[in-house]
Amino acid sequence: MNLDSKIPSGPLAEKWTKHKFDMKLVNPANKRKYTIIVVGTGLAGASAAATLAELGYKVLAFTYHDSPRRAHSIAAQGGINAAKNYQNDGDSVYRLFYDTVKGGDFRSREANVHRLAEVSANIIDQCVAQGVPFAREYGGYLSNRSFGGAQVSRTFYARGQTGQQLLLGTYAQLSKMTSNGGVTLFNRKEMLDLVLVNGHARGIVTRDLITGKVESFAGDAVLLCTGGYSNVFYLSTNAKACNVTAAYRAYKHGAGFANPCYTQIHPTCIPVSGDHQSKLTLMSESLRNDGRIWAPKKAGDQRSPDQIPENERDYYLERKYPSFGNLSPRDIASRSAKEACDSGHGVGPGGRGVYLDFADAIKRLGQKVIEERYGNLFEMYERITGENPYRVPMRIYPAPHYTMGGLWVDYNLMSNVPGLHVLGEANFSDHGANRLGASALMQGLADGYFVIPYTLGHYLATSGQGKVSADAPEFKQAEQEASERINKLMNIRGKRTPTSFHRELGLLMWHKCGMARNEKGLQEALDKIPAIREEFWKNLFIPGSGSEFNQSLELAGRVADFLEFAEVLCTDALHRNESCGGHFREEYQTADGEAKRNDADFTYAAVWEYAGEGKRPVLNKEPLQFDNVSLSVRSYK
Amino acid sequence: MKLTLDIWRQKSANAEGKMVSYEVDDISPDMSFLEMLDVLNERLLEKGEDSVAFDHDCREGICGMCSLMINGMPHGPERATTTCQLHMRKFHDGQRITIEPWRASSFPVVKDLAVDRSAFDRIVQKGGFISANTGNAPDANAIPIPKKDADIAMDAAACIGCGACVAVCKNSSAMLFVAAKASHFGHLPQGQPERYERVIKMVEQADAEGFGSCSNTYDCEAACPKEISVRHIARLNRDYLRASLFGE
Ligand SMILES: Cc1cc2nc3c(=O)[nH]c(=O)nc-3n(C[C@H](O)[C@H](O)[C@H](O)COP(=O)(O)OP(=O)(O)OC[C@H]3O[C@@H](n4cnc5c(N)ncnc54)[C@H](O)[C@@H]3O)c2cc1C
Ligand code: FES
Repeated sequence: MNLDSKIPSGPLAEKWTKHKFDMKLVNPANKRKYTIIVVGTGLAGASAAATLAELGYKVLAFTYHDSPRRAHSIAAQGGINAAKNYQNDGDSVYRLFYDTVKGGDFRSREANVHRLAEVSANIIDQCVAQGVPFAREYGGYLSNRSFGGAQVSRTFYARGQTGQQLLLGTYAQLSKMTSNGGVTLFNRKEMLDLVLVNGHARGIVTRDLITGKVESFAGDAVLLCTGGYSNVFYLSTNAKACNVTAAYRAYKHGAGFANPCYTQIHPTCIPVSGDHQSKLTLMSESLRNDGRIWAPKKAGDQRSPDQIPENERDYYLERKYPSFGNLSPRDIASRSAKEACDSGHGVGPGGRGVYLDFADAIKRLGQKVIEERYGNLFEMYERITGENPYRVPMRIYPAPHYTMGGLWVDYNLMSNVPGLHVLGEANFSDHGANRLGASALMQGLADGYFVIPYTLGHYLATSGQGKVSADAPEFKQAEQEASERINKLMNIRGKRTPTSFHRELGLLMWHKCGMARNEKGLQEALDKIPAIREEFWKNLFIPGSGSEFNQSLELAGRVADFLEFAEVLCTDALHRNESCGGHFREEYQTADGEAKRNDADFTYAAVWEYAGEGKRPVLNKEPLQFDNVSLSVRSYK
Repeated sequence: MKLTLDIWRQKSANAEGKMVSYEVDDISPDMSFLEMLDVLNERLLEKGEDSVAFDHDCREGICGMCSLMINGMPHGPERATTTCQLHMRKFHDGQRITIEPWRASSFPVVKDLAVDRSAFDRIVQKGGFISANTGNAPDANAIPIPKKDADIAMDAAACIGCGACVAVCKNSSAMLFVAAKASHFGHLPQGQPERYERVIKMVEQADAEGFGSCSNTYDCEAACPKEISVRHIARLNRDYLRASLFGE
């Protein structure tokens, strides 16, 4: 596998500028001759599609949603980072870069992260120009808050609906480019496969979710902007339809899958309330700015929280990490909650929860201030749990939330399959082993607005590939394979529902490959997954036919891919004999339970290559080089 | 809890539909309304029957994908709540619940409870944007915006595009949806250059899609899960009038 990262030479801060000059350009008159296929219209996909169309490319944009405005990006609450230093509190491009590299536990690429920090400021400018109603101060200037373990206030936000407002901004731009013909939009069309011609990514096969029609589309490059794979755990904070299919299909065609074991578990989610649970709800991390996390000191304490006196409460984050306290990074906060519950100190049903308490904040600031800051979140909590968090502390528990792993890409966001570019959460690029809060929105928009418009031109100008049409045999064959797979799923006619398999897989993954992992558990998961998969292909039931709106069929196709992908994830987790960021291996911890990295042996991105049905994927390595920051122990004490 | 559900079943856009009754038991008050439907669907599938199709995705009240007329009310009885955020503790044991799709000719049924709301996309495509190509932008703090205006813009921008306003309206009018978008941009300095053109184009497209006109009944505000105010409609009307009278 060719893993040339194509990091430009020269000093860190000049790489991107230099690279932009060195790259080849496509003549403005020629751009309309190129067709770009964009799969996914979340922040990454919509921003890329709109911007490429503005430049003059012909863009075909696909989403399985009924409208681009539904993409999962809409659910992001907390905010988006940018190194604007409007608060004059010591922020800078370099500090954002440094925080991100450190936050990622030194497992990301310096050059990519620096570029991300550089363009972050442009994103805010662009969004404001589009009319994104970010929060403002009385003077009319933009407001910021500190977020997710940062010691400067660099997070821009729009109440608790930042993702919604950013997505509606890109959606508006995409809509404009749709009405003037630059973008052709395909709603409710799901990509089922990638098509390669002459080794280059040249198109996709899709299924129309309303009519069931399988067809294919050809172009000069394919951009996958298809989001993350947290739903491999079944219960996660992701929207129900989020899935790994697009990325996994690309993997089966030779694209490397990098660091799948880097999954992020978010510390502040509403705990599971019963077997009926269909997804988990995130409570914005901003709550940790004022809420204090605690568990009863006495194991098995069944008293209601107001009956537990102050000296019998363990504010464990404040105790263990005095300088960051309740604002400790996500991986650390999540693991500490798990520890508390595993040792019998958990609260609520099944002892799977800890308290997030606002009593002190309300005493200090008054209920009105708390209402202003978190009113909508408190309401949401009450709606779901039936409890009033102004009076009773919230109960929270960690849940799968974000996936740092993804398809491997070089500095130009191109995978090892020429022409196949990957943007947003679907790629592996910028967050290393752990993502900082408010950095995913930033990355999705950086990729779409400010990186791909430059780097894609370079690929098109240099790839030397001719035109192909969707009538080419490669397309016909891929269509036929996709149809056969649908028929195969339809014809099992067994007894079990797609959801029952998804749940079974998710539970296994959560227990064996969730917040903490060990060799024995991972080995067990690797033994069990093929058995679930076998049962799936023998005993699945889907009603109706493939040529109609069929939600069971949609789900079954996605679960089938999760059932294969889960093995790649566990294989990666098993091979990485260290703890770093979101990947915590119980065998590798310090005496006081902190993650222990092994820089000597694991300072690389693990890139997995498909080796054929039933074969163990092949490990490839991209060594990571740190020229600017020195690897240190990530301490938040 | 044990419930009787009367659910609209319709195989496809052109098929005849009808109400079908289902009994479900063992429903926990902690379930969301959609989780209750999940339970029904799992049981139907286990019996080898077709599940009830309905749209949903985020289940957090923000993507606007879920819908459903529940006992004749869009998103059910709870104020300011989407169907996905509605919980079964708001219903009582033994209750009979009617579940139908949005009813509006501009939102044709796809299957059962799922409808096609792409008409909303086409309205936005006509004018629901500020033309600011990537790269055009000045520094984000170059134009201060009074907090009051930014707040109103945000109130309007909170629309999730679910279509409850259309579903509840006796004229199937999309006026609250259009007004929210117009008001969002109309309150920001960046939105001024295209302000009047935007209003005309979106209203024209809403007409072309077959949405009815607004007769100021204001059921839409009460049905809106994001509580978008009808004041935005008044503003839209002013802008529309001005644009058509003075050709702005
Ligand atoms: C509850 C929640 C809160 C969050 N809060 C924050 C926050 O405050 N700050 C922050 O920075 N990040 C946050 N995140 C993370 C962030 O929202 C996501 O990482 C980011 O929005 C992903 O954007 P994306 O464009 O890569 O993918 P998505 O928005 O997931 O979009 C994926 C797109 O791909 C399409 N798609 C996928 N597969 C296919 C296929 N096979 N065929 C056709 N179309 C397909 C989908 O239809 C969709 O349009 C949050 C995440 C969650 C879950
Ligand atoms: S499912 Fe997203 S708003 Fe209800």
